[in-house]
Amino acid sequence: MAVTHTLRSGAWRVVELLTTPVVPADYLDVIAPLRNASVLRARIEAVRPETRDAVTLVLRPGRNFRRPEPGQYIRIGVDVDGVRLWRAYSVTSAPGRLSVTVNAVKDGVVSNYLIRHARRGMLVHLDQPAGDFTLPAARPAKVLFVTAGSGITPVMGILRSALHELDDVVLVHSAREREAVVFGDELRTLAAAGRIRFVERHTATAGRIAPPELATLVPDLAERHTWACGPNEMLDDLGAHFAEAGITQLHVERFRPTVIATGDGGKVTFGRTGTVVDADGSTPLLEAGEAAGVLMPSGCRMGICFSCVLPMTEGAVRDLRDGSITTAVEGDNVLVQTCISAAAGNCHLDH
Amino acid sequence: MTTLQRKPENPIAHLTPEDIEAIGRELDALRDEIVASRGERDARYIRRVISTQRRLELASRAVLLVSIFPPAWLLGTAGLSVAKILENMEIGHNVMHGQWDWMRDPKIHSTTWEWDNASPSEQWKHSHNELHHTYTNVIGKDNDLGYGIMRVDEQQRWSPIHLGQPLWNFVNACFFEYGIAAYDLELGKNLKTKKRRQSPQFKERLKQVRRKIGKQLLKDYGVHPALSALTGSWLTTIAANATANLVRNLWTHSVIMCGHFPEGVETFERTSIEGETRGEWYLRQMLGSANIDGNRAMHIMTGNLSYQIEHHLFPDLPSNRYQEIAPQIRDLFQRYGLSYTSGSLPRQVGSAWYKVFRLSLPNRGEAKALADGPRPVSGRKVKATRWQRPVTETPVTATEPVAAPVAVNS
Repeated sequence: MAVTHTLRSGAWRVVELLTTPVVPADYLDVIAPLRNASVLRARIEAVRPETRDAVTLVLRPGRNFRRPEPGQYIRIGVDVDGVRLWRAYSVTSAPGRLSVTVNAVKDGVVSNYLIRHARRGMLVHLDQPAGDFTLPAARPAKVLFVTAGSGITPVMGILRSALHELDDVVLVHSAREREAVVFGDELRTLAAAGRIRFVERHTATAGRIAPPELATLVPDLAERHTWACGPNEMLDDLGAHFAEAGITQLHVERFRPTVIATGDGGKVTFGRTGTVVDADGSTPLLEAGEAAGVLMPSGCRMGICFSCVLPMTEGAVRDLRDGSITTAVEGDNVLVQTCISAAAGNCHLDH
Repeated sequence: MTTLQRKPENPIAHLTPEDIEAIGRELDALRDEIVASRGERDARYIRRVISTQRRLELASRAVLLVSIFPPAWLLGTAGLSVAKILENMEIGHNVMHGQWDWMRDPKIHSTTWEWDNASPSEQWKHSHNELHHTYTNVIGKDNDLGYGIMRVDEQQRWSPIHLGQPLWNFVNACFFEYGIAAYDLELGKNLKTKKRRQSPQFKERLKQVRRKIGKQLLKDYGVHPALSALTGSWLTTIAANATANLVRNLWTHSVIMCGHFPEGVETFERTSIEGETRGEWYLRQMLGSANIDGNRAMHIMTGNLSYQIEHHLFPDLPSNRYQEIAPQIRDLFQRYGLSYTSGSLPRQVGSAWYKVFRLSLPNRGEAKALADGPRPVSGRKVKATRWQRPVTETPVTATEPVAAPVAVNS
């Protein structure tokens, strides 16, 4: 074993010498992009419409992709008009397959792009599965899922993978109307077969479920482990209500809305040095950092040489030359030219 | 040429400071237009070029495995030469400029790209993107003017060593990638004193270059020939790789000479860029660069540096767009009575070489009188504002020092 291992890594060294200054995988990309284990990708194998504004993408991931736990999400990188944008989507498939369901977000660039343009054969970039909206290894006896809108997606992933291990499941799901219930038919079938108790609420006609009402719909609320996913407002209300009632078994998944303050200026945090600067909306991040004593890489100071770019992991900056805004949300790594970018909200730079 | 500031007839004397700022505004607007329209079409272009280059390189190297057969040698060598040129020019140079950073693809990004060249990309980005593009054609600031081994402007002091510069230039052309590495290391300056020679920064950079060159040499003259040895083609593969490197070196050297050396390109006094505004910087780029005429294939093989003027105005815009904006830039030159320097490849190469020969001798006659004249002064002691866009109206800030009349216009 050790010998074959040494031989293999030796052979690989030679291949690397052959392809320097790039890596062998860069050539592999040209021929078989999914074989490249250093860059995670997936090919879209099928696109299935779910409702008027939701589609399921069936994905075939490339090498080195880890199997997701039911309830986890994956980040998908899509090139929208040439620019790679990353978004997180809950895995909705049963084990052995990989699918995500994309719900249209109002003015959402990526969701709307995928709903309109996703086609079989398209390549997307992937990140390893993440998230802790999962069931514990010792499955609880009684489970409640409270979801609204696209919040059903991680729960669907759980139901499809682990329902056979759960004895007593109640799902309270809210959607605008019957047609807007993603996976509506499948859930109703499960309910009809007695596998789950499914409480379906159409908010356009019946209004939202207030937390106190939940206790009437699910009388044994306190005995259950609850997983909730939906709009922030719903989750906040639910959290407050549970806390008041003294129920602690609540797991929450938030689809953080990517609202970023794009006002002038903001707090700039340099993650590695730990420096925090209050920068105004017209001072380049470079100067703000330098003034605070951060050792900043710099060059031409006019936006042409790209010596000063730093990764922004969260926040918004404004290009001082044309006023355009660049944003990053948690998990992103957007490189910004600090010499011509000013804070347009709080930003976090990995430097 | 003599620096623009010393010329008896200053080619920009007719421009008022307002004209220069108006040029700046127009160019900024054009830049905005291109930035706003960057998209999938451009992304597809660069990915296609990269994919073509990699396939061509793989295929050529494969053919060279049997390079003992002369047709295979010819085909493989030609393919590899083209692949290396594409990698250096249309891909490497432009990616390292950040032209494709907007795609947010970490694989095609100025901070991650390493090119098939002796100089590590980190050092190239400093000497090229930062120094050359900021101080283009400013005597004493832009080392691209003669690369520190030649005299390409009357204003550069002559010494007997320059008598040999046609030869140095030819040798440099043949080994251009090593010339670039030495240049990026600023060997001339850094080897001069013991202190500089032994500075840890210099030693570290030297180590980087040695490591990079070692890998490059091992690839072209060690590992690939070793694979070819199976068919008895190791010597022919070495010859093929050496030829491809030579062809690449000669080609890139010629293209790069055409950028700033041909007749008609202006140079600038060091004092002229004190307090330089964005409009003035643009104007300097317009006058300090020269284009090469040619067809599409030629433009791609030069990495679109045949659109040197457009590239120097917008070094970080995607290279495939230079051709598109060239007519607008030409029109701008015409409207402001400026000359757009452009010519065929043989003509521009000839013109650049002629200058290398001509300036190997000391100044004579009128050129001597001009060069020996008093140094033009700027008198402007304000900070340069190259990155600031010209304001649409006259600024009425009392605290800011009011800029003196534009120096380049004096």
